[in-house]
Amino acid sequence: MSTQAEHTTTNRRDFLFVATGAVGAVGAAAVVWPLINQLNPDASTLALASIQYDVSPIAEGQSVTIMWRGLPVFVRHRTEREIEEARAVPLSDLKDPETDEARVKEGHAEWLIMIANCTHLGCIPTGQSGDFDGWFCPCHGSHYDSSGRIRRGPAPANLVVPPYEFVSDTLVQIG
Amino acid sequence: MKKHSFILAAAALVAGLAMAPAAQAAEAGMQPERQAWSFGGIFGTYDTNQLQRGFQVFREVCASCHGAHLIAFRNLMEPGGPEFSEAQVRALAAEYEVADITADGGVRPAVPADRWPSPFANDQEARDANGGSMPPDFSVLAKARGVKDPFPTWVFNYFTGYQEGGPDYIHALLTGYHAEVPETAPHGEDGTPFQLPEGKYYNDYFPGHAIGMAPPLADGVIDYADGENGVSVPETLDQYSTDVSAFMMWMAEPHLVSRKQTGFVVLIFLVVFAGLMWGTKRKLWAGIEH
Amino acid sequence: MSEHSTYIPGNAVEKWLDDRLPVVRFAREHLMDFPTPKNLNYWWTFGAILVMCLGVQIVTGIILAMHYTPNVAMAFDSVEHIRRDVNGGRIIQATHAVGASMFFVALYIHMFRGLFYGSYKAPREILWILGVLIFLLTTATAFMGYILPWGQMSFWGATVISNIFSAIPLVGESIKQLVLGGFAVGNPTLNRFFSLHYLLPFIIAAVVALHIWALHVPGNNNPVGVEVKDTRDTVPFHPYYTMKDLFAMVVFMIPFAWFVFFAPDILGHPDNYIMANSQVTPAHIVPEWYLLPFYTILRAIDFNVLFIDSKLGGVIAMGGAMLCLLIVPWLDTSKVRSGTFRPMFKWFYGLFVLNFLGLAYLGAQEAAEPYTTLAKVCTAYYFIYFLVILPVLSRIETPKPLPTSISESVLGKAHA
Repeated sequence: MSTQAEHTTTNRRDFLFVATGAVGAVGAAAVVWPLINQLNPDASTLALASIQYDVSPIAEGQSVTIMWRGLPVFVRHRTEREIEEARAVPLSDLKDPETDEARVKEGHAEWLIMIANCTHLGCIPTGQSGDFDGWFCPCHGSHYDSSGRIRRGPAPANLVVPPYEFVSDTLVQIG
Repeated sequence: MKKHSFILAAAALVAGLAMAPAAQAAEAGMQPERQAWSFGGIFGTYDTNQLQRGFQVFREVCASCHGAHLIAFRNLMEPGGPEFSEAQVRALAAEYEVADITADGGVRPAVPADRWPSPFANDQEARDANGGSMPPDFSVLAKARGVKDPFPTWVFNYFTGYQEGGPDYIHALLTGYHAEVPETAPHGEDGTPFQLPEGKYYNDYFPGHAIGMAPPLADGVIDYADGENGVSVPETLDQYSTDVSAFMMWMAEPHLVSRKQTGFVVLIFLVVFAGLMWGTKRKLWAGIEH
Repeated sequence: MSEHSTYIPGNAVEKWLDDRLPVVRFAREHLMDFPTPKNLNYWWTFGAILVMCLGVQIVTGIILAMHYTPNVAMAFDSVEHIRRDVNGGRIIQATHAVGASMFFVALYIHMFRGLFYGSYKAPREILWILGVLIFLLTTATAFMGYILPWGQMSFWGATVISNIFSAIPLVGESIKQLVLGGFAVGNPTLNRFFSLHYLLPFIIAAVVALHIWALHVPGNNNPVGVEVKDTRDTVPFHPYYTMKDLFAMVVFMIPFAWFVFFAPDILGHPDNYIMANSQVTPAHIVPEWYLLPFYTILRAIDFNVLFIDSKLGGVIAMGGAMLCLLIVPWLDTSKVRSGTFRPMFKWFYGLFVLNFLGLAYLGAQEAAEPYTTLAKVCTAYYFIYFLVILPVLSRIETPKPLPTSISESVLGKAHA
């Protein structure tokens, strides 16, 4: 028994002990990862992360609200007047300077697609109201223009444009 | 001596465990023959081409009465399955309509994320349309059917990991029809011949032999496209049945391939780790008489 | 107890902590320095394996509960959702389902080890009784867990077992309704079983803590059954038994992984892949394998005894089978603990093990001859073993001479 302590100390640096410990650590990590990864969005959620939407039924001057990744998204078919209005605003007048061209796709300027949550505290603004011919958030009085840019009120930023692209002239893929 | 008794007792326990779901009373159905499935055994994987053919059989024949409500169109393009292309799946999905309260008229064309639409609105409608028999949903059917093996086969199953009783049974059922009640049909206790009820069909493998489903498949009813290298798959009842059974197994167990692959790595790891642990333990105990 | 530890706080912080909350001292005493007989064999590793099993079930169970829906309309599909869509869900679900079986494999081995080596004898009666309590709680937990996938076997298993309550005279029907939350198994039943299935493992963990506490008062029993005499008989728990137990755990994980990855459904029943249907009973209802021995005892009483009808008789027999385990410390009064030194006991014990396996086998058979008669014979032996054989053997058996100490027995083996 007196040799016992000796044994443990001399063997501690032994290759076998180190190898066993290392392999055990790898195993533990390999077990822990799936237990965490299961928290990530599952396959049925990911399948809806990207949606295709046919915009052809939306007439000029109309909007629809669709759902994408659990968030409402405005799809607005803008009138000529709204586009001109948005493009006439000098950047210096904007709280969050961004050109209208940067907020739409080239060749599809009539389509404005934005996440429908006010950048202040997340309410859904009302369309075609407020002082700038765009959106007005009734919760705390933020006014957005016809390009969805913040013009007055507490919101700090423009309405967010989600990643999207036109698959064809009328089919939009969001996400 | 100590080691010996340990091993013996462990073996007895394993045997006891194995005994549990023991061979149960043979239902009045014949024992299906085991087929050579590509997905059987520890290295088994699905055959993509076979799953694609099986899907064709399912879609053209079975799906008119049987649902598969747990299967989403997107599953058809996932790795380890039939692996259709995304474009193929989108086009396929668009041929079906699904209910959607946010769409005009309450329905819209399906997208890959949608589940396979059921052919009937509810169980009662399904029964009414099928002479009182309900066509079961296919989603997990291949695992909801099993084969009761006699002793000692079922003991070996624990060591071979045999899990293909479902597809074996389905294949047997699909090929087990008789146009007329055969001579092998069981007789009543008083010797009266087998009575097939009106609207039922005789099947060797169905429990009780009287099945409500008419023979769904026959030689040549489905046109298989020729393979890329011009090899054609026989268009026979047996081939159709094999293909659709494999497809049903995939529906019931879509992650079988990745599960077995992971399992292989895990087992090798555990054996290596156990060896190292054994060495460590021995070394540690070397100075102790015990 | 406290003198087992040689813990001396290394610095001011450790000293400060030790004066206020001596967790480090506690861990050193009970998890590291605890003197453990040096002759424990591999049967003694199943305690640690069981702790691992409980941990695996709790961790995987908490994860499954994040994705599961306890509602009769959605439960079945939500389990399939876990298998199909959740990242790694198929493996986590299979680990939980197979884990229940592996838990019982370890549990039965642990119990039968105790029965052979007389681990229930004084001064370890409370330790043993707590263990039986853990077994009963685990059985209840496993049974309720089996209801949750809401397949045909879940539903009909719940229906059959809940009818046990209705066997109780006068108040049986009321108790059954109280348990089910309705007149038959339904949504309230599923909901409460889910709630309790989540709760009970934590109660089990608490009883396990008591079980280990009760173990650390007298210390471990050992294969020769002679109490520890001095420090030459023991080694510190860490690193000697921590490493041995870890090795056993890894070996245990090999068959565990085999089932999870290569045969996840073989321990279950195909009928549970059919959603519960209160209008169709499966042709053959079998409980999970680990309940089969007791299920056989329940079914074996198919005759009336005086004023007790067969249904109540079966329930009493099953309850009695559990009760025998609780009172075995007072049935077996032999002074010798270990079965190794009891020449007659050995044979009856071996027969008892075979008989228990026989009970399990019979539980899976249909209720027909010759199984029903065999079931009665096996049930009878189960009770005779506890109520007659053990008390009688204690009187008539002449045990082999015992070694005077653990060290002596170890040396004797080494030189033999």
